This record gives sequence, structure tokens and C-alpha cells, in this order.
Amino acid sequence: MASAATLALPLAKVGEVGESFFHERTSETLPCQAHESHLFCFDWAKENIDSFGTPTLQHLELVAFSVVIGFAVAFALALLAHRRLWLQTPLLATTGVIYTVPSIAFFFLLLPVTGLGRDTVIIALSAYTLQIIYRNATTGLANVPSAAKDAARGMGMSERQILWRVELPLAVPEIVAGLRIATVSTVALATLAVFIDGGGLGAKIYGRGNLTFPTSIVIAGGLAMAIAFAFDLILLGAQRYVTPWRRTAEA
Amino acid sequence: MSATLGALVPSGSIGGAIEFIFEPQSSNVTGGKEVGGLSQVVELMLNQLELTVLALALALVVALPLGLYLGHRGVGETLAVGLGNVGRAVPELALIALMASVIGVGLLNVTIALAVLGIPPILTNAFVGIHQVDHAPVDAARGMGMTEAEILFKVEMPLAVPTLMAGVRGATIAIVATATIAPLAGVLTLGDFVINRNVYGESGLLAGGILVALLALALEFALAGIQRLLTSRGLRLSAA
Amino acid sequence: MRNTTQRARASLAVLLALFLSLGVAACGSNNDNSTESGGEEGGGAIVSNPANDKVTLTIGSKNFPEQEILGEIYAQALKAAGYKVKSALNLGSETVAHQAVKSGQISGYPEYASTALTSFFGIEPEEVPAGAQPAYEKAKAEFEKEGLTAFPPTPFASANAVGTLKRTAEERNLKTISDLEGQSEEMSLYGSPECRQRIDCLAGLEKYYGLKFKSFTPVDISLRYGVLEKGQADLSILFTTDPQLSAEKDKFVILEDDKHVFPAGNIIFVTKTSTAEKAGPDYEKTIVEVQNGLTLLVMQELDARVELEKQSPAKAAAAYLKEAGYTG
Repeated sequence: MASAATLALPLAKVGEVGESFFHERTSETLPCQAHESHLFCFDWAKENIDSFGTPTLQHLELVAFSVVIGFAVAFALALLAHRRLWLQTPLLATTGVIYTVPSIAFFFLLLPVTGLGRDTVIIALSAYTLQIIYRNATTGLANVPSAAKDAARGMGMSERQILWRVELPLAVPEIVAGLRIATVSTVALATLAVFIDGGGLGAKIYGRGNLTFPTSIVIAGGLAMAIAFAFDLILLGAQRYVTPWRRTAEA
Repeated sequence: MSATLGALVPSGSIGGAIEFIFEPQSSNVTGGKEVGGLSQVVELMLNQLELTVLALALALVVALPLGLYLGHRGVGETLAVGLGNVGRAVPELALIALMASVIGVGLLNVTIALAVLGIPPILTNAFVGIHQVDHAPVDAARGMGMTEAEILFKVEMPLAVPTLMAGVRGATIAIVATATIAPLAGVLTLGDFVINRNVYGESGLLAGGILVALLALALEFALAGIQRLLTSRGLRLSAA
Repeated sequence: MRNTTQRARASLAVLLALFLSLGVAACGSNNDNSTESGGEEGGGAIVSNPANDKVTLTIGSKNFPEQEILGEIYAQALKAAGYKVKSALNLGSETVAHQAVKSGQISGYPEYASTALTSFFGIEPEEVPAGAQPAYEKAKAEFEKEGLTAFPPTPFASANAVGTLKRTAEERNLKTISDLEGQSEEMSLYGSPECRQRIDCLAGLEKYYGLKFKSFTPVDISLRYGVLEKGQADLSILFTTDPQLSAEKDKFVILEDDKHVFPAGNIIFVTKTSTAEKAGPDYEKTIVEVQNGLTLLVMQELDARVELEKQSPAKAAAAYLKEAGYTG
């Protein structure tokens, strides 16, 4: 048990604040950020930019996990369905449903299973990413010109070698295109994580009275878009790097 | 790492959610007052539908003619495709929130914001669809003496239907999804159940999720049907 | 993009953007969830008691500024007293918070005595005792039946209020809420989503004042002044401690609650009786001591800093604790 309270004897001064604590405020003297119509208050932004640190990190975390998991599963499924054609229709249909259901609804549908928090967000966003990449991967593989495959077969390659050395490389542009779309969309969607206590930049848009504070919304939205574009360009670069034969034909 | 309020979402609440949809509920979470029930659900669903249809119509009016024109002429690719990329990156929550505080709450404002979200997919797909139509039929049509407008409407558009409709469907889903958070801006839609869990309780939360999902699926189904009607028989036969 | 220079420049610009955001992320300190340790150097009135280190307390609050400030004040003060403290300052409405403390999700949270009486215990507004101490005692007695206890009240009290633009009040000759009779049918009311059910909100206006409004639109609490300013709301539910009422008194007015449907509530800290026993006497002592300085003027000043100047509640709380001599 705790020992007897050791609060210092209350001095007359404790609990009282000085006159200077109170600031006179009138409509005219209110700072930039007090006005709902001011889109961006630079001074406040400078002072408080580090409060965006954790939400940005959380956001990046959410996106990274979702895209990686979604890609891995989609890729595996695409390979699976490539050989077993009977899988293609049911898989396409299932992933199509996932795509149609708005992510925010998906968050709440998962609630009884996974509860509030980060995990639910990642599962829902992975499913969304999965759909896009799966669709693009199967299309990409299907669009490989049969001439290339025939030539490879003629050269004596096994089915497996054809897959890894002919079909997949030719399908890469389509796959990476899907990856780009999925990543950009996921960055935007991850802002909704705030509704189920998942953190992320959405907390600087919706939480804590930010709803009437354009500067915070603009910074958070701007950071989200910057992240999205950055990822997009990085992936585009990766795509160009992996497919040197397409550099001449500007895609 | 999840669920600080996990205790408020008991498992087995799917039954509770179904009840919530059909019968007005009251519990100590709702403060004894009745919430939910079929009439409220239908009212909010119709609100969301109305909002979606209005925003989609506005987006179509703005984006479709522009995209068709640019695609036909073959100019403005950077704009059309670039806008599509940018549009995908815009966080819808930020758009609604910004609009609520700067412009104000209300049906008109939210409709405009949602239309803005729907424009990029429609514009991009209209452009790409028309632009990538096979040249052979277009040249043949020109050779037969058709006017540019006739070529666009009678040759290019029918051939571009799959891509066009894909754009419309993408726009619709984006709009319906964002209409879910319209209650933040004063327009009551099904999202009210999910945003205000204080008022509706956990069964309302789950019910909201189910209802929005169903609404989106229904719209997608309807649009798929429309697409099939619009696709000419020739295309349908050769469809992948 | 056609040539390599343009492409290179564009990629560089975007990579810069990415590094900028990563830089923000990396350099940023976590201000949102943790409480700043105000009592590091000591020297304040609150002295750290090492025996408290064994106890972890989770302080909750509802999710609007005044509540978050209070939550932060309590959390930081308890931390200075040597407790391990976590915070959950986003609980939603009073019913959610009530559930959270009953289920042990949080150790305690600050509630308005009037809200507790009317929302949790079904007491009619006219039966809510007028004074801070009687209201506190009545609430405490009711809480005791649920295994909860409440700590003594703060000096300041806050109440819901029906507010409107000064211009509207002058045009329609509105001084009290009863003046709305006959006019309310053509006026729109905006309030928080839970206002619909609360007897000290819309439900009370309908029941005790007999008022019917043209429409009621639920909006987030933070929008309550914005909807008036933009002319969307004729009337809006405000709080008597709102900083906007003094800073922008030329714009907004509140109507007098002549039928006393909106009782003023002092803050009482609600916690489980068992938690209070386990945490030791410093728990209640610290909270009661630290809230002694929260007069109406001080609370309004803190509200102003957070709501108007967009300071973080943690920062505002820390400033109060330091200025009032509780922490070094």
C-alpha cells in the first residue's frame, strides 16, 4: 500500500495562476488558425509540424504492410490460377466483390472478428490491394503473346522455365501497373483508419477538432498525396528498370 | 495491439446487427432512446442513393463529354491520364473535411465534393477508351464519309463501352464509399451508423458496414447489367 | 514526359517530397498519445511518491477539447505523483465513457455531475441540485450503487446552451429559450449526434420547452460555431465555457435557460472504487489538488488555447500545471 500522501503543504500560491496567464482575445486579434476559412497557417504549421511525425509513420506502416501482404497473396493466387484455369472465374468473382465493397464498410464488417485497431485496417487494405494486383497479374499473364511461348517451347524450355523466364517478365509491366494503382489507392484509403482507432494521417483530419482546422487537414492530406506520388514514381522507376526492352516504346 | 475498446464489440453481434436493421433498438448505450429499425435504415439508404446519383450525374456531365472529345481528337493525354492518377491519390476524408469547414455543410456542397471525386476515373477511361479504339473501323467509317460526330457516336463509343463503363463503375464505387462519410458534413447517410457509434451502439456499427457493402454491391450489379445492355452483340461475342 | 532531363527532374522533385515526409516522420516526436512528464525536475507542489510506481492508471476523457485538457491535466499530474499513466482521450459520448470505466477499460475519467445525473441516473433536470456540492454528493451516491466512486468537484461548471448569431437574436428578439416559442418551427437546430437523446439537449427542449424545430441536424461538436457562421444553422448547441463566447462576443450569444433544463455541471472524476483503493490515497489527493486551480476563467483560457489557437491539449495542460505551481 502506498505510504501516506506526500504532497507538499499547499502554499497560498499553488493553484493560482498569474495575471499574465490570461490572454485578451477579440475577433480581430485571433491568430490565423482560429479562423475556419483560413486554408493554411504557416506559423502554426512551423510550430507544430512534428506532431505529424507519428501519424505519418503509422500511415507508412499501414500502407507498407497492406501492399506487401496483398501483393504476396495476389501473386501466389495468380500463379495458382495460371495453370488451373478452373480457378480463374471463382477467384475473379471473389476479388471483384472485395473491390466493390467500399473499404470503410469492410473495416466495420471485420470488427467482430478482429476488433478495433491496426490489424483490422491492414487486413481490409490488403484485401483491396489483393484484388487489383490479382486482376492485373492474371491479365498480364494471359496477354503474353503465344508466339513468345511457342518459341520458348521450341527452344526446349520446360513449362516452369517458360513461366519464369518468358511469361512473367512479359507480364511485369501489367503487374507493376497494378501495384502502382494499388499503392496509390491504399495510401488514400489508409486515412480512413482513424474511424477504427487505427491511427495514421486520418487522425490529423478527423480527430480532435481538426475537422474545423483546414491547416491540419491540408498538411495531412498533402503528406498523404506526397507519399502516394513518391511511391508511384519509385515503382515506375522500378518498372522501367526491370523491363529495359520497353524503354524505347514510351509506355 | 488493437482494441482499446474491444470490450464494446462483442462477438456474435452479427445477429444484433440484423436485428438493428429491422427493429428499432434501445439500450443503455443509446440512452434509452430507440434507434435503428427498417424505416430509419431505408431513409438513410435512400439519402445515400440520392447523393450518389446526383454526384455521379454531375461527374458524368462534366467529365464524359470532355473525355470523349479529347480521346477522339487524340490530344490532352497528359491531362486525362494525369488527372486520373492524381484523383486516385486524393484522400476522400480530407476532401470532405476541408469542404465542411471552408465551404460548409449541406447537400449541395457534398454533392460537388463527391462529383470531384468521380471525375478522374470517368475522364481517364473516356479518353483511354476512345483513344485506343482499333483504327481499322474508324478509318473505314471515315472512308465511308461519316462525319466526325457520327464516327464518335456510332463507331468509337460502342467499341469503347467496356472501358467507359469500367470508369463509370469505378467512379460510382468511389462516390458511394465517400458518401458513407457524408454525415461529417451534415448529410445523413448510412455512414451515420458507423461514424457515431456513441449513438447507435455496436450493433449499429456492424449494421452500417453490412448495409453499405450491400448498397455498393447492388449498384455494381445494376451497372454491370447496364453495361451488358449497352455492349453491342458483336463485342459481347468476342469478349474475353 | 519526353526527354530524360525532364523525367530526372520530376523524379528528383518527388523523391524530395518523399524524403520530406519521411523526415517529418522521423524527426517528429510523439505528441498525441503520451503525456509530457511535467514533474521531471521536481520543485512543484506535487511530489513523486515511489510507492505509486507499481500502479498503472489509464485516464480517459470524452473527445472534445475541454475534456481532453482535463484528461491531460489529470494524467500529467498523476505521472508527476509517480504513477505509471496511460491516456485514452477519445471516448466519444458519456455513455461510452461510462461503459469504459465500468468495464475496467479505463481507470477513470472526468464527468459533469449534471450529465451523470440526467444521462446515467435518469434524474429530471429540475431535480438536479443547484449547488456544486449537493450535486456531487447525489451523483456520488448513485455511482456507489454501481461500484464506482466520484472525487470532489472542480470550481468551474459548464452547461449546454442554445446559441445563435447575435444578429439573429436581435432580429427575432430572442433573450431566453422560451422566446423561441412560435418561432422555432421555422428555425433549424444543429447539435452533436447524441444530443437527440439527451434530456439536457434536444430531448429536453422538446419535452420541457415544448419546442418543435424545423429540423435537427447532427454534426460533429467541433462544427458548432462554423454552422452558425456559415448561415446553415439558425440555432446551435454550445457550451457555456466556450472560448468563442468571450473572444467573439460580438458575433455569438446564448439564450438564457429560463426553465433550467440545462443544469450546470461541475466536473467530478469518476473511477472504480476498487481502483481508488488499490491506487492509494495519492490518487484522489492529486486529482483534487490539481483541479483546485480550475476556475471558470482559467478553464476558458485553456479552452481558448486549444480550440482557438489549436494548441495541443497536452501542451495547454502542461502550461497550466506549471503556471499554477503543481509541477516544476
